[in-house]
Amino acid sequence: MTNKPIKLSGSSVNVWFGSKQVLKNINVEFPRNQVTALIGPSGCGKSTLLRSFNRMHDLSPDARIEGEFLLEQQNLYEKGLSVTEVRRRIGMVFQKANPFPKSIYENINYGLKINDVPKNERSEIIENALKESYIWDEVKDELQKPATRLSGGQQQRLCIARAVALRPEVILMDEPCSALDPLSTLKIEELIVKLKKDYTIVIVTHNMQQAQRIADKTVFMYLGEVIEAGDTHTIFHNPKNELTGNYVKGHFG
Amino acid sequence: MMRKITPVIEWGTLLLSTGMVCFFMVVILWDLISKGAPSLSWEFVSTLPRAGMTKGGILPAIIGTVLLTMITALVSVPFGISCAIYLNEYATDNWLTRTIRASIRNLSGVPSIIYGLFGLALFVQGLQMGTSMLSAGFTLGLLSLPYVIITTEEALRRIPASTREAALAVGATQFESIRDVVMPTALPGILTGVVLTLSRAAGETAPILFTGVAFYINNPAGFLNQEFMALPYHLYMLSTQHQAIEQVRPLAYGTALVLIIVVFLLNLTAFYIRYKHSKND
Ligand SMILES: Nc1ncnc2c1ncn2[C@@H]1O[C@H](COP(=O)(O)OP(=O)(O)O)[C@@H](O)[C@H]1O
Ligand SMILES: [Mg+2]
Repeated sequence: MTNKPIKLSGSSVNVWFGSKQVLKNINVEFPRNQVTALIGPSGCGKSTLLRSFNRMHDLSPDARIEGEFLLEQQNLYEKGLSVTEVRRRIGMVFQKANPFPKSIYENINYGLKINDVPKNERSEIIENALKESYIWDEVKDELQKPATRLSGGQQQRLCIARAVALRPEVILMDEPCSALDPLSTLKIEELIVKLKKDYTIVIVTHNMQQAQRIADKTVFMYLGEVIEAGDTHTIFHNPKNELTGNYVKGHFG
Repeated sequence: MMRKITPVIEWGTLLLSTGMVCFFMVVILWDLISKGAPSLSWEFVSTLPRAGMTKGGILPAIIGTVLLTMITALVSVPFGISCAIYLNEYATDNWLTRTIRASIRNLSGVPSIIYGLFGLALFVQGLQMGTSMLSAGFTLGLLSLPYVIITTEEALRRIPASTREAALAVGATQFESIRDVVMPTALPGILTGVVLTLSRAAGETAPILFTGVAFYINNPAGFLNQEFMALPYHLYMLSTQHQAIEQVRPLAYGTALVLIIVVFLLNLTAFYIRYKHSKND
C-alpha cells in the first residue's frame, strides 16, 4: 500500500454528551484520495466521530468536544473560522437520503446559491455534479420534478451530487446504503470508488462486504475507542487485536 | 370464532363513531342551509340593515368580521410564528423555556370572556383606544396568539433533524436552514393551525363584546377607530335580544349561513395554498 499524504485527521479526540463520554482519546488519520471505512457495533461512536469533523455538533448544547481536528494544516475548530466554510470543504451524505422538498435542480442549486456561486455558472455545475454522481441520464429530462418522487437509491445519489457540486475536499458518508436495496447499493459503491479520484472519502458502514469492496483503509471502533486501524485487507484478514477479528468475522455487532 | 368476530366489532365501533359525527354534522348543516338559504340574496350580503333589523342586509357585519379577522391575523401570525421559531429552533431546554411554554399552554386555556375583560382594561381604557375595531382586533389577536404558537411549534417539531442537517451540511447557516428549508416544509402544517385559529377567532363573541362590537352602527363600516358590527354578535342579538325574534329568525339563519361561508372560504384559501405546495414534495 502506498503511503498517501494525510488529508484529514483527529488527535486526542474526546466527546461528551452531557456527562456521558462517547469518544475516548481517539486518534485517526484519513489519507487523501482514499476511501476509509469506519466500522464497529452500533452505538460505538462512529457517527459522533464523523460529525465532529464537519462540526455538526455545534448546535447541540450538551455536546462537549476536545481534541485537534485538522484538514491538512487547517484547524477546523479555530476561532474565527466560519463553520459554513468548514462544511463547504467537508461535505456530508446521511444515512437516510434527505433531499430538500424542492425540485431536483433546486436541490443542487440551493447549496450553490448560499455559497455565492455566480448564477451563470450554476447550471453547468449542476449538470456536471449530476453526471459525476451517475444520475444525470435518469433525471436529465425532469430536472423540475420534486426530488422526493425519486427512488431511494436515486435520492441518495442526488444527495451525493448535492455534496459534490460544492467541490468539497472531503466527503463524509454515514451509512449511505443502509436503507437501500442491493442494486442501488451496488451503484453507490461504484460511484464511491470513482469519486475517490477527486475526493477523500470517509464512510461509516455496517456491511463488512461493503467495507472490503470499497475501502482502502479501515478503522475499527468499539465503545468509543479506536481499537485498530490499518489497510482494509489487514484488518479483515490479519487483525492484531482479537476484538477486531471477532467483529469482522461477525461474532458480535 | 372470536378471531372472526372481534375485528367486526372493532370495525363496527369505529364506523359507528364516524357515522355519528358525520350524522350530526350533516343535520346541523342541513338545518342551517334549509332555513338560511331562503334569506340569502345579493341584497342580503350587499346592503345595510333597515327597519330595525327586520329588513335589509348584513353588509356592515360581513365587512366587520372580515376586517376583524385580518387584524387578528396581522397581530397573531407574525408574532406567533416568530415566537414558535424561537422556542423550537433557538431556545435551549432550560427552566425559562419550560416556564414560557407552560404559560403559553395555560393561556390557550383561558376562557375568551377573560380576554374580553383584559382587552377592555388594556386597549380600550389603558391605551385609550376606545371601543373600536382596533381594540377588538388586538384582543382577538392576543387570544389567538397561543394557538398560533402551539400549532406552529408542533408543525416545526414534525420536521426531522435530517432535513435541517441537509441544509447545514451544504453550508447554510442556522437561519438560512430555517428560512429556506424548515419553514417551507412546515408551511402546510403551520397554515392549517393558523386557519383553524382564525376561523375560531372569526366566530368569537365574548372578546369583542366589551371592546368594540355594536348591534347597529350609523356610519359606514370599515373605520378602525370606530365601533363595528360583526357576524357572530349580530347572530346572537337577532336570535336572543331582538324585540321581534320570530320575525327576524330567517335573517338570523341567513347570518349564520354567511358566517359559515366566510369561515369556509378561509379554509378554502388554506387548502389551495397547501395544494400548491404539496405539488412540490
Ligand atoms: N445528540 C446526542 N445526545 C446524547 N447522546 C448521544 C447523541 N448522539 C449520540 N449519542 C450517544 O452516543 C453514543 C454513540 O452514538 P453514535 O455515534 O450515533 O454511534 P454509532 O454511529 O456508532 O452507532 C450512543 O450511546 C448514543 O446514544
Ligand atoms: Mg450511526
